[in-house]
Amino acid sequence: MIEALSFEFIQHALIAGILVSFAAGIIGSLIVVNRMVFLAGGIAHASYGGIGLAVFFGLPIFLGASVFAVGAALLIASLTLRKRHRIDTFIGLIWAVGMAIGVIFIDLTPGYNVDMMSYLFGSILAVSTEDLYFMAALLAVILFVMTFWYRDILAVSYDSEYAALRGVHVRFFYTLILILAALTVVVSIKVVGLILVIAMLTIPVYIAEKLSHSLFSMMFLSGLIATLFTLVGLWFSYTYNLTSGASIILISAASLGLFLLLYKGK
Amino acid sequence: MFVVRIENLSFAYENDLILEDINLTVEEKDFLAIIGPNGGGKSTLLKLILGMLKPKKGSIRVLGKAASKNPSHIGYVPQNTNVNTDFPIKVIEVVLMGHVGAKNPLFGYGKDEIVCAMGALAQVGMQEFAQSKIGSLSGGQRQRVMIARALCAHPKILILDEPTSSIDIKGQKEIYELLKLLNQSITIVVVSHDISVILEYANKAAHINRRLSYHDISDKKETFHTHNEGEHFCEVELLQMLGSENYNTNEDETIKWKESK
Repeated sequence: MIEALSFEFIQHALIAGILVSFAAGIIGSLIVVNRMVFLAGGIAHASYGGIGLAVFFGLPIFLGASVFAVGAALLIASLTLRKRHRIDTFIGLIWAVGMAIGVIFIDLTPGYNVDMMSYLFGSILAVSTEDLYFMAALLAVILFVMTFWYRDILAVSYDSEYAALRGVHVRFFYTLILILAALTVVVSIKVVGLILVIAMLTIPVYIAEKLSHSLFSMMFLSGLIATLFTLVGLWFSYTYNLTSGASIILISAASLGLFLLLYKGK
Repeated sequence: MFVVRIENLSFAYENDLILEDINLTVEEKDFLAIIGPNGGGKSTLLKLILGMLKPKKGSIRVLGKAASKNPSHIGYVPQNTNVNTDFPIKVIEVVLMGHVGAKNPLFGYGKDEIVCAMGALAQVGMQEFAQSKIGSLSGGQRQRVMIARALCAHPKILILDEPTSSIDIKGQKEIYELLKLLNQSITIVVVSHDISVILEYANKAAHINRRLSYHDISDKKETFHTHNEGEHFCEVELLQMLGSENYNTNEDETIKWKESK
């Protein structure tokens, strides 16, 4: 195991795992307390459309997926603010249409033979240096936003009607949360893949919520727990030669089961 | 001085007329109870006063200004404080949400804000719970915290939407006793179904069912207060009395009504 650490791709995997885990812990907390889990799932799957387009036009995958996911997030944000009671229908629609666009554009790409499975289920062992920069930059942006707008985001998340009365710009912060969620989903695709990303955004958060008295401690704890799951999952997948994304999710789910069992006993 | 002055107000969602030709004045240190059937427009009227909705016709002035111009003078306690109880937030953080300051610190909370929030919690007798998670409180305690949040902005008028729905009888009484105490310095407007309790504390009542019928009940209370302590009026009869259009707070008839009972 120790000699594995000397491989560059393992080092990259570990750094990526930690960066993405903290981003997912913080943004996952916001997604859960704002009840946007289904919404985040929609954005995650829709981003496949961006991957397809990026492959077709020969653009960087992260760029294509990010632009497409942010576009989906903005679309959902404007629909939520105008047609709230129909929002689940629209999310389902965006979810499926995004994936369909991705599949069609990959069909249209001549001679394309890269394993698309890696985007669906993650490829943490193939993280490039550029990917790491992208992840680090996103985490920096998230930390910046949460530091300076913590109380506004807290107010909007806890009681948006009251926040609006107090002059907090609810639409702005709601949209900001969605954009950060879209970008977090995109970087998480590298680690666990877009189908499994929703588990990474919710399982550590669910455990942290039970142990936290404030949103801040929930975010911090979620980040730590997500990191722990990612590292243990990686070790597990390395040792038994299993898919890394699925290993991380199953380690997380098993830990959640164990946690709930022990927590209930208290 | 008028705290709230509403003149010829009408409001409609799409084509459904919700409020029609409403006239209402609330004076300083009034305790106004707004009652009426569900869907009668009670919450809509509150939202208009708060400036969350714009009137279709007529005007609303709060402390002499348009409703949306001075939110910091209005303290608002929303309906349904039992939602989102899983949310990881401390009592003190909820109260701090209500603070309106000249400028916020770059991050975190300022010392003066925390002092102010603790003061508001002390006013409602909840200061020892400042560090508790909001979800661990009872319904009545949570309602007190929401009142503290509204008080944090030092409002001149406190507006409460169904403050005692989903609170047990003892908690309800405590909330109204607290409001009575606050009423010594603040104007209070409360929407409620508990009209019998309202009569114990309010000095004015407005019944809203699209139109508004207004009653000064401060004198009526004396007429009725021959009941035993703690005994409430029959709510159906009260609603009929306060709600019917052709019933004009006629003192003679009121007494007749009481005798025939």
